[in-house]
Amino acid sequence: MNAGAAPVVVATDVRMGYGGVQVLNGVDFTVASGEVSCIIGPSGSGKSTFLRCLNGLEPVLGGSLRVLGEEVGHTLRDGRYHPWTPKQFAAFRRNIGMVFQRFNLFAHQSALENVACGPVHVLGTPPDRARTLAMEHLDRVGLADHAHKRPHQLSGGQQQRVAIARALAMNPALMLFDEPTSALDPELVDEVLEVMKGLAAEGMTMIVVTHEIAFAREVGDRLAFFADGVVVEEGRPREVLAAPEHERTRAFLSSVLGAQEGPSRNT
Amino acid sequence: MRTEPIADGSGTPVPVARTWHWGRWLAAAVALVVAGWLAYLVVVNPRLDWGKVAEYLFNERILSGVWVTIEISVLATALGLVLGVLVAVMRLAHNPVLSGLATFYIWFFRGTPVLVQLIFWYNLAFLFPELVLKIPFTMIGLKWDTNQVMTGFTSAMLGLGLNLAAYFAETVRAGIQAVDRGQTEAAYALGMTPAKRMRVIVLPQALRIIIPPTGNEFISMLKTTSLVYVVAGHDLMTNASQIYKANNRIMELLIVASVWYMVMTAVATFLQGRLERRFGSDAVRLVRGGGVAARVLPKVAA
Repeated sequence: MNAGAAPVVVATDVRMGYGGVQVLNGVDFTVASGEVSCIIGPSGSGKSTFLRCLNGLEPVLGGSLRVLGEEVGHTLRDGRYHPWTPKQFAAFRRNIGMVFQRFNLFAHQSALENVACGPVHVLGTPPDRARTLAMEHLDRVGLADHAHKRPHQLSGGQQQRVAIARALAMNPALMLFDEPTSALDPELVDEVLEVMKGLAAEGMTMIVVTHEIAFAREVGDRLAFFADGVVVEEGRPREVLAAPEHERTRAFLSSVLGAQEGPSRNT
Repeated sequence: MRTEPIADGSGTPVPVARTWHWGRWLAAAVALVVAGWLAYLVVVNPRLDWGKVAEYLFNERILSGVWVTIEISVLATALGLVLGVLVAVMRLAHNPVLSGLATFYIWFFRGTPVLVQLIFWYNLAFLFPELVLKIPFTMIGLKWDTNQVMTGFTSAMLGLGLNLAAYFAETVRAGIQAVDRGQTEAAYALGMTPAKRMRVIVLPQALRIIIPPTGNEFISMLKTTSLVYVVAGHDLMTNASQIYKANNRIMELLIVASVWYMVMTAVATFLQGRLERRFGSDAVRLVRGGGVAARVLPKVAA
């Protein structure tokens, strides 16, 4: 990692909950620039919620969460933290790309329009220029031929690749992936993972919530295991996966790996 | 139904018998007798002068009434749609004052009969003899005589439009809420403000969802305009009633008016069908699933 550069994410004792249910119980987590961090954990462990806190889609209710040098949701002024206006949230999110489990492509727009949408409507890029750039981004994820198709005419894997291109079109400093392959048919997972690997190789700072253990091992610089709203264990992926220290990590890994690399995969 | 003969055990083709739908024949017979009898009673009624019906069907005042009815329907529907979208967006705003105002508007205009509203607007001059639009604390501004502004036509358009807006706002709200929540999240994640998200992402999808029901609103509006005759809006019903008040041929002119209303409805229904074919599949796809969709899209689902 580039030593000396300020960390992209510093989470200190981050707490969050809704409706009387505590979802995050004090998350401590740091991401350096250029790193690929993978987050694994059982469902309900708060890993997606934490990811959504990073770009302000969910509110942080306790502790401190600094992303790209800013305290998410508040600005310090005259000795007080003032809550952000919707405009400030919007300005902050421009620098953070997000890819969703269910793609969330804009259903009324073509693939090209989806990718050009952010630059045109948020950055104010002239439409012609935005379309040219969008075409380049689509080409990069291998979908230049499908530029004029609507989302419902694309496969899940293609939709997710368009979603990645849409996020990249904003030139983000940080990319968040919320279980990007969980909603895909098994044979479509790899095409999305390939795009993500390419992105990692180019030095993009990425935080990936995933169940793809092989991807975490191969591409991740760091791996964090979430359970009950805290980071139970973290470290280099190979080390955590080979020799988990905590009983909960071991139990989770054996159940996940049993499903992914056990006999059922060979049938 | 199969018509090709079926080979029996020895390979000889045996024809297939026809099914007799006794229920259908019975229902058809009953309907024919009842409807025929009623039609006969009306058609041969000596007090009904069919010659007058034919005479007035293309009467100049009737035709101009038809035209005014179409004008009022189109303008009032347009006003109702635009205002309805605005009220729906306000209703869903996080600002409690805006959403409160929208709720009040919907409650007020749905809570009073449209007939009362029409008469109210027509008689606005009783409350405000002059309409004044000016910059406060100056003499600069414009002034109109209320009775000249609030003609039968404008009060009809205003009354029907404001009333439709209240109903249509609820349709739009359902349409907006039917748009997948993920679309909003993706828009926010790209750095859009709530207003931009609504304008660029949510409304274009919500409008595709609610286009088919707007056809319904228009068809209903064509006939609601007949209420306008209480404020003498010179629509089809006003003119028909003025003619029958003069010549006492009430039934004949009601038939004339009905024929024209049915023709207009038939044309509007045809256009609505085309709208649905154009946007219906979009709408179904955008909504995905039942719930709200079932209420917004009663026609498309069929």
